Amino acid sequence: MIKQLKTYRNALIMTGVLGLLWLVDPSIGQNATQTTIDAIMDMLIFLPPIFIFIGLMDVWVDKDTLVQYMGEHAGWKGIGLVLLLSAVAAGPLYVAFPVAALFLRKGARISYVLFFLGAFGTMKLTVVIYEVISLGMTFTFLHISVNLVLFLLSAYIIEKFITHDQRAAMYKRVKETG
Amino acid sequence: MTGLILYSTATILVSVSFFKNQAKTKQALIKAWKGFSKLIPQVLVIMILVGVSLALLTPEMISTLIGDESGIFGVAFSLIIGSITLIPSFIVFPLGGVLLENGAGYPQVAAFVSSVMAVGIMTLPVETQYFGKSVAIWRNMSALLISILFTFVIWVVMVV
Repeated sequence: MIKQLKTYRNALIMTGVLGLLWLVDPSIGQNATQTTIDAIMDMLIFLPPIFIFIGLMDVWVDKDTLVQYMGEHAGWKGIGLVLLLSAVAAGPLYVAFPVAALFLRKGARISYVLFFLGAFGTMKLTVVIYEVISLGMTFTFLHISVNLVLFLLSAYIIEKFITHDQRAAMYKRVKETG
Repeated sequence: MTGLILYSTATILVSVSFFKNQAKTKQALIKAWKGFSKLIPQVLVIMILVGVSLALLTPEMISTLIGDESGIFGVAFSLIIGSITLIPSFIVFPLGGVLLENGAGYPQVAAFVSSVMAVGIMTLPVETQYFGKSVAIWRNMSALLISILFTFVIWVVMVV
């Protein structure tokens, strides 16, 4: 019970803040509550299937297969797979973190995983349709092409900058989250 | 719609997996639940933060701050707001469209859209939990830089 209270401490504090907002200005409080509930519903819709995918992938995809496609020497295969995965992806960026952690746990190369996080925020097909409708073809084309190239570049640069110790700590960390 | 696709795909995959190997499927579902329940407390905090900040920042306020004439200041402001807020992606673009209609400029909307999708200050604790502090910070810094470069491209192509 106490352990659970500790886990949800910050959430409880934030609920307090929300309550305070109600006291100060009921209309803003109501607005904030509505947005919060919408966001939570969104999360409850997206997260469970994503974690089921992660769980299934974890037990069915063995390490060697993933290393072959996303490991140190995967080459263009790795980039292609990342593009494909992020195109069919759904949900906000925080959904991609546990997926990225799973890739690392299975031996994926850091730059591919970083590129996955970048591409995830750029080219989900479900969202691209909204982008074209709302902001136009030129804008969408520039957004996807410029950001993808830069994210790929930055993924390699960040990978270069990560020290040996940081790398070891990161792999240890993703092992613990699994 | 996306939800429907996600759930039907999940159901099909779980069924196939169950048919092939019950023990493995059980193991997968336990793993799924563990991961989910670990993420929930932090995500709840983020959701309330999002609700409170969006309620305090009304669309009218956003439009006055990032209008056509707001220039570099408007871009900087968009980047800050975009980096902090967390809006579902299928709302971001329609919102960007609404902002444009209300007089916001293309570069400002570009800065907002790109940073909202790629930079996550609110989710930094979650990201740190998975990848460690330095990688999380570097990734976010580079995503911010990329948003700035993209904004510059949009400015050159669509305004100048």
